[in-house]
Amino acid sequence: MRAVTWHGRHDMRVDTVPDPEIVNPRDAIIRITSTAICGSDLHLYDGYIPGMRAGDVVGHEPMGEVVEIGPKSTLKKGQKVVIPFTISCGDCFFCKKQQFSACDNANPAETFEASDLLMGKPMGAAFGYAHLTGGYAGGQAEYLRVPYSDVGPIVVPDGVDDDKVLFLSDILPTGWMAAENAEIEPGDTIAVWGAGPVGLFAIQSAFILGAARVIAIDHYPNRLQLAKQFGAEILDYREVDVRAALDEMTGGIGPDAVIDCVGMESHGLAIDNIVDTVKAHTFLGTERPHALRQAILACRKGGRVSIPGVYGGFADKFPLGQVMEKGLTIKTGQTHVQKYTRPLLEMIIEGKIDTTFLVSHHASIEDAPKMYKHWHDDQNVFTKIVLKPGLEKGQVETLKEFAREPA
Amino acid sequence: MADNSDNDRRTGQRAMIGAGLAVAAAGAAFIFGRKLQSGDEDHDVISDAPPHVLRGHAKAAVQEDGEEVVGRTVTIGRPRQEIYRAWRDFTRFPSFMDNVEQVEDLGQGRSRWMIKGPAGKDVELFTTIVEDKPGERIAWESEQESDIDTAGVLELTDAPGDHGTYVRLLMSYDPPGGAIGRGIAKLLQREPSLQARRDLRRFKQLMETGEVTTNASPSARKSESPTEARI
Repeated sequence: MRAVTWHGRHDMRVDTVPDPEIVNPRDAIIRITSTAICGSDLHLYDGYIPGMRAGDVVGHEPMGEVVEIGPKSTLKKGQKVVIPFTISCGDCFFCKKQQFSACDNANPAETFEASDLLMGKPMGAAFGYAHLTGGYAGGQAEYLRVPYSDVGPIVVPDGVDDDKVLFLSDILPTGWMAAENAEIEPGDTIAVWGAGPVGLFAIQSAFILGAARVIAIDHYPNRLQLAKQFGAEILDYREVDVRAALDEMTGGIGPDAVIDCVGMESHGLAIDNIVDTVKAHTFLGTERPHALRQAILACRKGGRVSIPGVYGGFADKFPLGQVMEKGLTIKTGQTHVQKYTRPLLEMIIEGKIDTTFLVSHHASIEDAPKMYKHWHDDQNVFTKIVLKPGLEKGQVETLKEFAREPA
Repeated sequence: MADNSDNDRRTGQRAMIGAGLAVAAAGAAFIFGRKLQSGDEDHDVISDAPPHVLRGHAKAAVQEDGEEVVGRTVTIGRPRQEIYRAWRDFTRFPSFMDNVEQVEDLGQGRSRWMIKGPAGKDVELFTTIVEDKPGERIAWESEQESDIDTAGVLELTDAPGDHGTYVRLLMSYDPPGGAIGRGIAKLLQREPSLQARRDLRRFKQLMETGEVTTNASPSARKSESPTEARI
């Protein structure tokens, strides 16, 4: 089959690789119909993620049709399914608590030790995202092997457009969990740093969960416009002092909860013996979780801090005293996707959440290397790219061409 | 805005301070570590921890001989009796022990193991079960005619609440080739403590999910197969 593969920094290729096969009884094989490029794929593209190997198949936002099933899969051939980026067994202590991204069994015995060493406990597993999280082939390909297929994939009704449900795989549940972690109470004002795909879904989710006001902070005008479209007030941090503005807009109290949808490139990864080296670097100011620090300082006393943004290691100059003295609650984590897919699918079908506004381009999987470059360089125009193995090479559809009714 | 040379000098100074702090911290950690290791020799061990995680003298005080002891505990979300039954059948070991190729049941608690040793050399092992308490403990020892001298014990205790069962595997062994042999085994990822960790992990997967997790899937690397696990 054809698959998008990583070969190094800014070196994505489309290779012919062997087709996946059923290996374990609970497996299924999916024929991919749509597969998005995620913001976090840019970390791979930029070479920031440790544990990638040349030739890895990437992609973790796929959906498609079930074409083969193992004897213990509960799926049926021909079903249309969206695949969560997290691989979870459904049986371990964590999965039973619905902490699916912390699954204790999905990261294989051969790969779990690296993250055990780095994080103090082994990480869960994900598709197409380095060997720290299992080393599984990803979904930017014609076919995908899905382990524990009785737990992860969500079956979607026939006749629903792919673009409408595709983001159940990652960014929609991630935005939703970010809002849920903000523990919103009626009348709350929520500030969201970063109006990218996750931030925009967090804004929609915050309103659904009862926020009275949402304030979005970014510096891309088009992204802030999208935020405004969903009812948020917006701040361009090049124009205002964000903390002064938030204080003034909330009568001096500050937002009741803050959401950091920015994160930082994961080059903070550190083992004990290199911590000091990393600290020396931060003395020089090369890396700072600036948005998170600002969010913590801006938050009201007794408020909540939700962090869906990705962090990788030992952040320096973390305002812990401010967290303590103000009595803040911090909630964070990789998304427990399987916990949210069903209720979110219902909301999509009922029209409560708009999931298609982001998609700017459809392209053939054969054009993936070019699309990665656009995704990296032209973020104003390419707000979300969906690769479709069904399209011919060179066939690119833009938003205008597949324009649909507004939600 | 400061001129460039001024900036460079300041950056250089900061880097020097950073490097100095790093060296000082490393030195302190080294001295502190040595102190912890030497400990108080007359002191009785008071920690409620198993012997294989004790340090230096504390460890020596509870260890009977010079044999290498490795140990690891995992929590498995199944009842003790079920885990006991699964482990008691040694012929199932190859399904989750990576370097055990075959285990034959010779009756009366005796087994014959074929193990992949370092550098592809096969190791033959005969064991006898020396302690068998259903739901609690299984212990085995190698017999005289074995290629390696080893002993192992699996201990099962109830974890609190709904956490399942604590499963602890302890093994002692006399590494073939002594310290050098152990070094080689480590390089080849056949070192017993590493193997014990991974084997227990696979055992947990099998008990909880019914299968041993594998990342077997396609890649553009010619040396790999989509049906075989990779590191």
